[in-house]
Amino acid sequence: MADTAATTANTAHETGAGVPKRDFMKLLAGAGAAVGLGAIAWPLIDSMNPAQDVLAMSSTEVDLKPIVAGQAITVLWRGKPIFVRHRTAAEIKEAADVNVSELRDPQTDAARVQKGHDTWLVVVGICTHLGCVPLGNKPTDPRGEYGGWYCPCHGSQYDTSGRIRKGPAPLNLAVPDYAFENDTKIKIG
Amino acid sequence: MVGLHKSEFANPVVNWIDQRLPLFSMMKNEYSSFPTPKNFNYFWNFGALAMINLMIMVATGVFLAMHYTPNTAMAFDSVERIMRDVNYGWLLRYVHMNGASMFFIVVYIHIFRGLYYGSYKNPRELLWMLGVVILLLMMATAFMGYVLPWGQMSYWGATVITNLFSAFPVVGESIVTWLWGGFSVDNATLNRFFSLHYLLPFVIIAVVFLHVIALHITGSNNPLGIEPKGPQDTIPFHPYYTIKDSVGMCVYLTVFAILVFFAPNFLGHPDNYIPANPLATPADVVPEWYFLPYYAILRSVPNKLIGVLMLFGSIGVMFILPWLDTSPVRSARFRPIYRQLIWVFVIDCLVLGYVGAKPPQGSILLIGRVATAYYFLHYLVILPLLGKLERPLPLPESISQPVTRGGGPLPAGAAATPMEKV
Ligand code: HEM
Ligand code: FES
Repeated sequence: MADTAATTANTAHETGAGVPKRDFMKLLAGAGAAVGLGAIAWPLIDSMNPAQDVLAMSSTEVDLKPIVAGQAITVLWRGKPIFVRHRTAAEIKEAADVNVSELRDPQTDAARVQKGHDTWLVVVGICTHLGCVPLGNKPTDPRGEYGGWYCPCHGSQYDTSGRIRKGPAPLNLAVPDYAFENDTKIKIG
Repeated sequence: MVGLHKSEFANPVVNWIDQRLPLFSMMKNEYSSFPTPKNFNYFWNFGALAMINLMIMVATGVFLAMHYTPNTAMAFDSVERIMRDVNYGWLLRYVHMNGASMFFIVVYIHIFRGLYYGSYKNPRELLWMLGVVILLLMMATAFMGYVLPWGQMSYWGATVITNLFSAFPVVGESIVTWLWGGFSVDNATLNRFFSLHYLLPFVIIAVVFLHVIALHITGSNNPLGIEPKGPQDTIPFHPYYTIKDSVGMCVYLTVFAILVFFAPNFLGHPDNYIPANPLATPADVVPEWYFLPYYAILRSVPNKLIGVLMLFGSIGVMFILPWLDTSPVRSARFRPIYRQLIWVFVIDCLVLGYVGAKPPQGSILLIGRVATAYYFLHYLVILPLLGKLERPLPLPESISQPVTRGGGPLPAGAAATPMEKV
């Protein structure tokens, strides 16, 4: 009996309007399974993103007093080196005088420092090519042709505003989010 | 098919098991009586050697992992402890370290064999592509393994290579942050690399299985590049090739032992014995020797994104090689021009390796660019055209023929269909 019923039903599906309905059910089931798989996969994938504690450790304070003009220091923020440079008047002028349209990544010096604090340049000390730390903070380091930083990995050169001037790096050294807490202290992040 | 397997083993215990789970029959069919072309040369040792090497890596790796600590504060010291305090730790580590180099030597020769004798051609395309997958997995495994000791080269190698993904527009930065699990290569990165470094070798084992299954469907190629015509052209794998493989294995183990016992750090970089320092990049960051040609390709392109795409493309072209090479003749022995150009290609790869080790300036940069261009020229232009232009030599009638009759020219029609179908 059941057999006959099934056969009749099958024939109905094969000949009648039942076929598109079955196709639709198959599609629906397939789509449902895909959504389900995605929902399972996402927690796995997202677990590899920065965890809450990593995100929480995201600000660093820097005391600017000990840094004399012409000197730069490296501090660690989110595991990355940050360059804090006390620029001399000559260096600031050099950075401001550049014709912006000639730059690979055009940006004025004023856009890279904070208003009223242009003696202080704060940049992420990571070469925008493939992530090496450029040289130039220690007095003995080479600073490249533009007086900023020189990357030992593939020879990128940055100017006194941390802008890319020569070599394979595509972008200027990034400027992190930071704020002056007072005249001698900044908070990065 | 339901019912017990018909087993021919005399031993009753073996027979009982084999009826229910025909493992013994499988081993016998696939490895013992497996009909194999009788004209293999020593190039055909390298698949078996790669299999041995893989087992050595897993064995030493599992024991290293019993003493290794995947934490940025302790990783370097735990490796030094393995070297100094753990019983035979130095041996485990040096075998594992040089084993990675041996693995790439063996696999590169294995690949060269495929290129020279046309083993990637119909019907072995999928077999070849599975091989390329294994190569990619090996590269990922070796890269992540090299990060584990957390020396300067570990750290900066990891930084430079993961940063490759930042070249992709829009999503690049998020991918890199995701790979790192933070905002720089750090503890989260080291932990996941250890997890994956443990996992991937087992994925490799699985793909090797598929590789071997595909091999046993098509059968092996051979130095003449023509299919066996019948039983007169084949011999059973055991004992003939088990013996031949054993000879090769002795030579391989000798080279391996010389490296491990007399020059364990010869292929490594001394900077990796300096603990990782996220604030100071070493004067020149170079990868392990087996990655140098790819590194040279990356650095010879001035544009970051295109450089990265060419790097991936250099493996990508290997994937589609079966369709790039239009010649129906497999073995280079019967391809007078290809037989010379394949050596030019080998030299090109060696030049790329040399360039990858040097700072990219002046003439080195120029040589690197020419060698990179030639690499792609070989795959994308020379191989497709050569198949059409080259006039192959006449193929022998069968594997037995060249021995007994000197391999004279084939009768009419042979040149039109030089690669026969079985
Ligand atoms: C495809 C096979 C494998 C390759 C190519 C490979 C490659 C490497 C390499 C290049 C290193 C760095 C050696 C050094 O400079 O010290 C390494 C380290 C390590 N590997 Fe593997 N490996 C493989 C399989 C395994 C397996 C199966 C395990 C098991 C868990 C393992 C566990 C380790 C451990 C714990 C280290 C860190 C200790 C050390 O640096 O010597 N590896 N591996
Ligand atoms: S990482 Fe700085 S130039 Fe390549």
